[in-house]
Order: sequence, then structure tokens, then C-alpha cells
Amino acid sequence: MTIEIDRREFAGLAGLAGVAFVSGLGLRTGPAAAAAQDFFFVQISDTHWGFDGKGANPEADTTLPKAIAQVNALSRKPDFIVFTGDLTHTTDDGQVRRKRMAEFKAHAAKLVVKDVRFLPGEHDAAPDRAAAYREFFGTPNYSFDHKGVHFVAIDNVSDPGAAIGAAQLEWLASDLRDRPRDQPVVVLTHRPLFPLYPDWDWTTADGDKAIDILMPHKNVVVFYGHIHQEHHFMTGHIAHHAATSLIFAQPAPGSQPKRTPPVAWDPAAPFKGLGFREVGAKTGTAKLEIAEYPIKA
Amino acid sequence: MKRAIFRDIAVALVGAAATVSATVVAATGDPPPERVVHVLASRFEFTPSTIRVKRGEPVVFAVESIDRLHGFKIPALGVRIQAIPDQETLVRVIPDKAGHMAIVCDVFCGEGHEDMDAELIVEE
Repeated sequence: MTIEIDRREFAGLAGLAGVAFVSGLGLRTGPAAAAAQDFFFVQISDTHWGFDGKGANPEADTTLPKAIAQVNALSRKPDFIVFTGDLTHTTDDGQVRRKRMAEFKAHAAKLVVKDVRFLPGEHDAAPDRAAAYREFFGTPNYSFDHKGVHFVAIDNVSDPGAAIGAAQLEWLASDLRDRPRDQPVVVLTHRPLFPLYPDWDWTTADGDKAIDILMPHKNVVVFYGHIHQEHHFMTGHIAHHAATSLIFAQPAPGSQPKRTPPVAWDPAAPFKGLGFREVGAKTGTAKLEIAEYPIKA
Repeated sequence: MKRAIFRDIAVALVGAAATVSATVVAATGDPPPERVVHVLASRFEFTPSTIRVKRGEPVVFAVESIDRLHGFKIPALGVRIQAIPDQETLVRVIPDKAGHMAIVCDVFCGEGHEDMDAELIVEE
């Protein structure tokens, strides 16, 4: 069963989806909030370092530093931070690609929290099947455990055809095989695993196979990027949450004939549609809380 | 330049339920007598950019890239092949619904990839 629902409906299904929404404007403070969660992490996505602005973001070179400053200013520090891909903007030139990755990494090093995880986007990895990405950030797919939650990073971009591939799907199945079926699983990836809008290439070629592998697990939530907007979707009991970007917003699926042009920069509301996300978790429950943080001008 | 013609004929049975069964049949003898539409893929466009076909009539798309690997995908019809440099890939389609449909490249091919699409118009 697949359902597309908007944010307000989604919030109403918090118990079913295992996710609750809270206002993201600085409410994660104080002992009450801390008691409600055992930990939280921050998701940042689609920074596209190296993009030249082209009218879509005249502040392209300041947005990432602003976001880092905002994350560093959070009164309660996240346990870790994850970047879900398109760290850099694509280029055909391998030297430029590596220069952008080095610059991006230098910015990320300014995060006060030092547990920082990365995933590639197609901009980073598709031109050379992640050769440069691996030099700077390591293996694109991996898993780790944190306070009872199992995190899995799926690479659906190193293949320029946007496929996870048989080998990685086998790795995913093997990684999950012996885990309790009710253990919370958080999937981190770049592209939507489900066919969100194939006419705009917003899908993963074999994402259905990944979802099939995940489906026996009762408590799975997917966080991804790629579409440069907040979006919430269910495939059965699995919730998928897309993140806003730090470069430019993109139109809602099907809202215009083509996925380009992106949403125009509004000088009256700079950084509108850009932001990062907090995800809070409580040990012993599968419930997550999501808070969206817009970038402040 | 020696040009290889790769005949990989996929018979795509398209239905409104978007469940497609495709079988690859090795080409023997002359190509089928249906209409053939030649499509060139390049960064970042398909030529022609608009293709008109008739509902219910078989059409063979003969797709070739002139620069690098691209995808040729018609999501509404469940059609997907690769556009390969110096090779022509064929896919036979019988569209059974009318309308305007997107043809997209689904192989990330660089800045401008998001602009790489064409329009298929299936007429009654």
C-alpha cells in the first residue's frame, strides 16, 4: 500500500508512522525536551558546494556556512550530523570536483559536533562512480548502530543510472538479516527509494527491491534528499522523509511541466525553502520526532 | 568510424495499469514494417524534442547517443532503454493510451541533466 499525504495529515498519523512533528523554531531546548528524547541527530542535504548561484541562490557561497553556524548554535548538541548527498555541485573536471570536495570538507570541519556522516549524491558520485568521493569521504554505503537504532546508508547514486545494484542489495539484506524485526531502522539515502515522480527522474531504478528488503522490519524510517523540498510519503508502514536543501528549492512534483527552473530566489525572503532538520529518538520506542529548521537570513 | 548497429528489439506491451512485460527478440531478416522514429540523444537534449504517434499503432524508437551514455525512458509507458554512443538501440512500443508523456534521460549526465527531456504525444 502506498499513500501520499501532506504534512498535517502525516502528523495526525504519528502513532502509525512512528514519527511526530514538532515546530522547528528552536523548541528543542530545556530539560523537558531532553527528557523526551534520548538523542537527536541533524540531517543536512543538497549543499551543492560549487554551484555558482545562477539567479537561484545569489548567496550560494554563504548558505552552507550559515547552516553550520546555526547547527553549532543549537542549545542542545546533536549526537551526530549526517549530510544526505549532493555535497558538491557536479562538474566534468575531476580536479575541480576534488577541489570542491576539499572545500566542502573544510566547511564541515567547522561543525562543533565531530561525529559527522556523509553520503554522496549523483552530483558527487555519478560522473566517476564515486572515485573522488571515496578519496574524501570513504565508502558510500555503510551501517552503524547508535543507542539501539540501526542506521543504514544506501548509495543510489554512484551508478549514474540511479540503481543500488545487486551487490549492494545483497549487502543490505545481509546487514539486516539477523537483526530483531522490531529494532528501529533508520535508512539514509540520497534519492527517493520509491517512484516519487519518474517524469522528473525522482526515483531509484531498483528502489523497490530495497523496500522489499526493509519491509519485514516493523520500524523503518527513511531520510533522503535530492528533491530539495520537504516531502512525506508512506510505502506500507515505512515512512520516507525528504529534506530541504541548502542551495535552492525545487517545485513540487508535477507542479510545472519540467523540474526546471528551480523556485526563484525571493529577495524579500532570502533563503526561503532552505534549511536543515533535527530528528529526535527515544530509546525503547520506535517514535521519532522531526523538527525543520529554516536558514535564517 | 565503424558504426555498430545493435539490434535489441524489445517488445513492450503497454497498458493503462503500467505493467509492462518486455521480451528481447533477436533480430532476424528485415526490420519490422512499423514506423521507425530515430532519436538522437546528446547533452542535454533529445532530437527530435517532440514526437507524435498514434494510439494503438506500433512504433519503433531507434535511439542513439552522439556523445555519451544516456537513458531513454518513457515512465508513462514503462519503456526504458539506454542511448549508447555509436550504437542504435531499438524498442518497439504499442501505446494504448493517448496523451502527452515525458521522455526523460535517467542516466545522470552532468549539469543540465535535469533539462534533458522530450515530449511524446500519443494521438487518437
